[in-house]
Amino acid sequence: MAETTFTFRLVTPQRLLLEAPVTALQAPGSEGYLGVLAHHAPLITSLRPGRLEVRDEEGKRSFYAVSGGFLEVSGNRATVLADAAEVAGAIDVERAKSALQRAQQRLQNDGAGGDEPIDRERAMRALERAKNRLAAAISERA
Amino acid sequence: MATLRDIRRRIRSVASTAQITKTMEMVSAAKLRRAQTAVESARPYGEQLREVLGNLANASGEIMHPAFARRDVKRRAIVHVTSDRGLCGAFNVNLNKMVEGIVREASVPTSMVLIGKKGYDYFRRRKATILASNTSMGGVASWKFAEEMSRTLAERFEAGEIDEVDLVYTHFKSALNRTIVVEPYLPMGRTATGPAVSRDYLYEPSPEVILERLVPYVLAMRLYMAMAESAASEHGARMVAMGSATKNANEMIQNLTLHMNRTRQATITRELVEIVAGAEALK
Repeated sequence: MAETTFTFRLVTPQRLLLEAPVTALQAPGSEGYLGVLAHHAPLITSLRPGRLEVRDEEGKRSFYAVSGGFLEVSGNRATVLADAAEVAGAIDVERAKSALQRAQQRLQNDGAGGDEPIDRERAMRALERAKNRLAAAISERA
Repeated sequence: MATLRDIRRRIRSVASTAQITKTMEMVSAAKLRRAQTAVESARPYGEQLREVLGNLANASGEIMHPAFARRDVKRRAIVHVTSDRGLCGAFNVNLNKMVEGIVREASVPTSMVLIGKKGYDYFRRRKATILASNTSMGGVASWKFAEEMSRTLAERFEAGEIDEVDLVYTHFKSALNRTIVVEPYLPMGRTATGPAVSRDYLYEPSPEVILERLVPYVLAMRLYMAMAESAASEHGARMVAMGSATKNANEMIQNLTLHMNRTRQATITRELVEIVAGAEALK
């Protein structure tokens, strides 16, 4: 049987977060989540903020929160170029929750008079990011 | 001739200077290590990004993205990366002089983006056209700033306000070795492709859309790398400068100590002679 693992690299502008053989990868493509197994056809796609899941040789799953970027697959090697990425295990669930609440509140209060108008797009992105981090953190602990 | 007290005072002052430069050397060594790690850990991302861009360029044949558009150069811009702080030898001096030369010889008006206080002060005094500046990086590259600045530049370029942008910074080779680099930044070159591996990629969505999204990253990354390289070079330069300052100070202390001992010996001898002479006279 052909080998079932491929090399996966997760890099951000700040550092190389992971470089390891994996058996499966699930990434948040801009057109929807997509899975990659060994010997996948060459592919380049952009990513949106979401949860990245990798499965290592023993079938153990681990999660990362990524905030957009690119995925390149070629020659039995997959690389995620992320703007920012975090190991899900390192995310503080409580803090992620409160960040999510803050983002929701800010969006709700907007337009209801009171405070000065907010940058809606930025607030939406913050909300998206908070949701995404929380989801990754929860999957890791499940 | 200096009195004993004067010499002692000078030795003390030089010694305290030596202590300061010694400390600065060690601080720079620590910062250098950190900056060096930052440069090295950013490299995989940069390389991969370039590879993807190269593949994309090969695949899509004609690149229609505005960031690649070449046109007659009527207005140029230079991104000039220096340090915020001094006391790092000739690091900024050479850089400033070289860029000034480039600006003077340019046949078209050149505006400047000044990253680093030293470059900013230099060109502000010379009344250069300053497009943007940042004087509070503190010797650390910031991804956020690189992202924003590269976006501004790309917008101006695409709007036709600038026809060409060059990037000038110090490339980090080692703590002792660095070179000044002048790189074309915009328009983007098509030749940045590595080995021409023309695999048939699947693109999701289309190559055009991916290119559209990729270009800002490539631009931001290049600016970030320039800043990271410059930061590492700065700390290396300061470490070396402070090391030699410490060495010079110690040498000076040695000479002064020698001088002091001679003076002291001379005084003692003179006093002895006086005493003996006095005793002789009393006989």
